[in-house]
Amino acid sequence: MQITLKLYAFLTDYLPVDARRSNALVLEVGDGSTVASLIADRALPPRLVHLVLLNGEFVPPQQRDTQRLNPGDVLAIWPPIAGG
Amino acid sequence: MAWTRKILRVNLTQGSCVSEALNMAWAAQYLGQRGLASKYLVSEIDPQVDPLSPGNKIIYATGPLTGTMASTGGRYSVVTKGPLTGVIACSNSGGFFGAELKFAGWDMIIVEGRSPTPVYLHIENERATLVPADDLWGQTVWATEAALKKRHQDPLLRVSSIGRAGENQVLFAAIVNDLHRAAGRSGVGAVMGSKNLKAIAVRGTRGVGNIADPKAFMAAATAGKKVLAENAVTGQGLPTYGTQVLMNVINEMGALPTRNHRDVEFEGARKISAEAMHEKRASDGRTHLVTNQACFGCTIACGRISRIDETHFSVETRPEYWGASGGLEYEAAWALGSANGVDDLEALQFANLLCNEDGMDPISFGATVGAVMELYDLGILSKEEIGLETPFGSAEALCKLAEMTARGEGFGKVIGLGSKRLCAQYGKPELSMTVKGQEFPAYDGRALQGMGLAYATSNRGACHLRGYMVSSEVFGIPVKTDPRETAGKPEMLKAFQDATAVVDSSGLCVFTTFAWTMNDIQPQIQAACEGDWALDSLLQMGERIWNLERDFNLAAGITGKDDTLPPRLLNEPCKTGGSKGMVAEIGKMLPEYYSLRGWTADGVPTAATRSRLGL
Repeated sequence: MQITLKLYAFLTDYLPVDARRSNALVLEVGDGSTVASLIADRALPPRLVHLVLLNGEFVPPQQRDTQRLNPGDVLAIWPPIAGG
Repeated sequence: MAWTRKILRVNLTQGSCVSEALNMAWAAQYLGQRGLASKYLVSEIDPQVDPLSPGNKIIYATGPLTGTMASTGGRYSVVTKGPLTGVIACSNSGGFFGAELKFAGWDMIIVEGRSPTPVYLHIENERATLVPADDLWGQTVWATEAALKKRHQDPLLRVSSIGRAGENQVLFAAIVNDLHRAAGRSGVGAVMGSKNLKAIAVRGTRGVGNIADPKAFMAAATAGKKVLAENAVTGQGLPTYGTQVLMNVINEMGALPTRNHRDVEFEGARKISAEAMHEKRASDGRTHLVTNQACFGCTIACGRISRIDETHFSVETRPEYWGASGGLEYEAAWALGSANGVDDLEALQFANLLCNEDGMDPISFGATVGAVMELYDLGILSKEEIGLETPFGSAEALCKLAEMTARGEGFGKVIGLGSKRLCAQYGKPELSMTVKGQEFPAYDGRALQGMGLAYATSNRGACHLRGYMVSSEVFGIPVKTDPRETAGKPEMLKAFQDATAVVDSSGLCVFTTFAWTMNDIQPQIQAACEGDWALDSLLQMGERIWNLERDFNLAAGITGKDDTLPPRLLNEPCKTGGSKGMVAEIGKMLPEYYSLRGWTADGVPTAATRSRLGL
């Protein structure tokens, strides 16, 4: 199935060069993939995986192992950030 | 240097500058800056006074940590009755002006009356003089600062001034210091303009002293800096990406107000984000962002310095704008961009430069343009009336309207009234996205329930910096809460509001609280200041300040009915994204909030509350 992975701020470097200007990458992932398994597959450093939104909704750390991905999902991830 | 214990009182009607002792009994109750200046203001003016009349006063106040070695200890606040809102205005600025005022030996300046002709206030340590400024009237902030430095032959002179927007009494005019740091909100610049006071230029060479316990203070300040440096947000995220990193975050959540709050997702958000500011442009191979910049004493350095694209239509024949200058910060980028559907980063930077150059709040300006674009879209405003086409998304309209508003030209005079008065004038008051007359900042109060309550109850009208619930609802600082949930939000908001009032009264920047708790701040205040500044005392002081401001606002004429949001946020659900279907549930939270505050069901502090807080 296809999902869209969006990586922002310092995590931009973990996207292929041609995906960095959109911060988005359309990915083919296996059925049964979870938020945590995708993070592991992409080798994202745990300390940079802070704010995780699945279709705009926050996924708490304790749910990332069990939160399954569905076709068309948009998974967006940020390192620790803040602003005002 | 903790308190200098001196106030400079300037009477513009009489042309006098007099030194007087700081009321130390009040300092013990209100600390400094926001709290102490508010105490002076409410004690000295009639709450019903016309904000633009000589009877209003305007106070420039430092905190006890301003000018010290505490990280971010460079803040000052401007406190007055706000012309945009008709309630208390308290606008906070960084840069270097606040610390310089302290070095000159002054805790605050109280300005009263009105000068018959334009003047500026020149301060050189204990010597303060009012100087004719007829030649500066009509000049921009930037030209004024350059002229004053040249006149006094002092490149280290620190200047806080108004541009043409303040002179023209644009109701959201800002006071700008150090070229691009601003006491931005509520129209404090219009008050300065109404008094014919063009600028305050200060040079202080008295250095730091008067710290209660210097050794303990150095230890506490050093410990605080270590916390900021080691925190991922204040040590890495903010210096690298600035506040602008929020553009994509808030958009992905479906919380980014777009096209005058019609929508909550902006298709052009990525193009005006922090990530875009880091990319090389096709036109010149340069990045928009040049560097970050710190205010006095700051070890975070979140400020943005950018260089506009010289080939952009707004500046291609105007090389005076080609150099590196301030911007874009998130709030400005949102208000000038998403609020109007404009996704042209260079156009936003140009409009932002004009806001800095002529002293306008980009939030209220941009949000008012959003209302104009909606009225144009509905056919209520025409090209003939405005003087140009203003469809949503027009970068050309944004840039032109910024110039017209700053200079008081044509329809710019109407925009300068702010969206509340503008929308009322055209028979559509419900299209004004304001609370108590002040335009919203960059978070939708439907998508973030706690922020909705924060806007409704803010003492200076819609504002994110009186109780920044985004911190919990989005970042998880200090704990993550569900932005869709209302339960628990009143209690958390009260805690945020009271703690923020403490920080705003200290001389420190509220951004430190992304890493610091009150347990990091309290030792710095206690070591610097004489007296009892235990944690409980400080938090009660924050509550005292909040209620002092509330009492003033009630006396000025607001009621609990003003603690609400525009009908669009209460009745029109978010259309898309993670917040789809949501409206602001203020009614579920406000009664509990009033109860926690010790207020009546009508939002009035009870006699018991006033007594408990020493009001």
